[in-house]
Amino acid sequence: MLKDITIGQHYPTGSLIHKLDARTKIIGTFAIIVSLFIGVNAPSYGLVALFIFLCVHISKIPKKFIVKGIKPLRIIIILTFLINIFMTQGEVLYNLGPLVITREGVRQGVFMAIRLALLVMGTSLLTLTTSPIALTDGIENLLKPFKKIGVPAHELAMMMTIALRFIPTLLEETDKIMKAQMARGADFESGNIISRAKGLVPLMVPLFISAFRRADELAMAMEARCYRGGDNRTRMKQARMLKIDYLSLLAIALLLAVLVLLRMLA
Amino acid sequence: MGQMITTNNLMYHYKNNEKEVLALKDVSLHVKEGEFVVIIGHNGSGKSTFAKHLNALLMPSSGDVIVKGLNTKDENKVWEVRQIAGMVFQNPDNQIVATIVEEDVAFGPENLGIPSEEIVRRVEEALKSVDMLDFRHKAPHLLSGGQKQRIAIAGVIAMRPDCLILDEPTAMLDPSGRREVINTIKRLNKEENITVIHITHFMEEAVDADRVIVMEDGEVILEGTPGEVFSQVDKLKSLGLDVPQVTDLANLLIKEGIDIPSDILTVDEMVMKLCQLK
Repeated sequence: MLKDITIGQHYPTGSLIHKLDARTKIIGTFAIIVSLFIGVNAPSYGLVALFIFLCVHISKIPKKFIVKGIKPLRIIIILTFLINIFMTQGEVLYNLGPLVITREGVRQGVFMAIRLALLVMGTSLLTLTTSPIALTDGIENLLKPFKKIGVPAHELAMMMTIALRFIPTLLEETDKIMKAQMARGADFESGNIISRAKGLVPLMVPLFISAFRRADELAMAMEARCYRGGDNRTRMKQARMLKIDYLSLLAIALLLAVLVLLRMLA
Repeated sequence: MGQMITTNNLMYHYKNNEKEVLALKDVSLHVKEGEFVVIIGHNGSGKSTFAKHLNALLMPSSGDVIVKGLNTKDENKVWEVRQIAGMVFQNPDNQIVATIVEEDVAFGPENLGIPSEEIVRRVEEALKSVDMLDFRHKAPHLLSGGQKQRIAIAGVIAMRPDCLILDEPTAMLDPSGRREVINTIKRLNKEENITVIHITHFMEEAVDADRVIVMEDGEVILEGTPGEVFSQVDKLKSLGLDVPQVTDLANLLIKEGIDIPSDILTVDEMVMKLCQLK
């Protein structure tokens, strides 16, 4: 089940998009999210869709992979579509007893569904093309200017790195505890939701205790290796913004400008 | 040879449920530069507590710990002490910070504020010295226990320490992982002249040491060359500690009236002595 979720996975292909600085890609992703909410009509959504498809094409990530990322969200997308169709007031197209389909509703529903699908595609493209470490470094670098007003940029990035580092370790541990409890007769699979949730207690308690113990040991190991926060710390790999990064940012800015223009014309 | 680590009348106590517990009682030790010292003792004998004093993770309740002329009590020198005396812990999973091997090895030097080109050089060197250069781009959770522990050692080596303190680094490893780690430590001691303080409860790992220290109940009760220490088979056994199998055998043979030395540590030595019997 966990394998089906493509959001957060990294898919290295060495393409141009993969080589872009993480900062560029984070800003770009935010721009795509914003652009989806600026867009008001078919041409503007078409433009954003075209932009995302172009990025997917350049990134060399198999289209199937991207589609797979939308699949787990299909229920939400369909639900949003239906709610919008039935709940929007306006010119009546069709009458289904108490339910009314309106022209505005259909329009709104289609746009909403497209918006959601594009949103997922755009954001998963970020994690698919950026390694977790580059991503956290990018976030740290982007937040650096806000350090003066008290944003703990380095600490946030360090927390993310450690979380990513321990995901496989804790998954493995969960598996081990689960098997150990099953060997002693614990039942995780049958019964209704409440009894199943109760059944998770013997799994969660040891897992949490072990996670706290690990945290304690890790903190000591980090201190032993002279860790004392982000001040005076250097990095082995320094991220650099290249010409291609500035060009990409320019392209994104242009996209946003066109969308704003389209909105003003509409 | 100069002194690497000196402890003078080191005492440490802590409170546990309102009760004072004396974890270290008057430990005075000297470790010379380039020495390979093994500390043995069972759980609760104070050996890990002692190790944590050597790089200022714990502060003595009384007495002093001097690391290469620096007193660990001096707050301004704490980071210098930790750079000189690098520490490797028992559980390899709980001391690796990053999601990629080379990033983890770079963690220490990054904390020291070393320029990035120099870090790249050091990471490469450190990975080479533990024979893990081929794994530099791998994710640590995909490696075996022995490999992970070697990465942890590389992470410390990249900080260019003079002394390596290993707190039961082999306790969670399988025999082949244990061998990998021990060989790495021995090589670092011989070739790079790094002082090693190795804490273990595997007696076989103590056989090649320059000096063996036995701790019990927060005190040093035996100290000497492996031969001197392990020949006292009965004393060690009364403490619940094992001796290397061969030494045990030699002791039993002596009791049967066979004239061989009591400080035999390896199979080869035993074969030699037995063949020389008249």
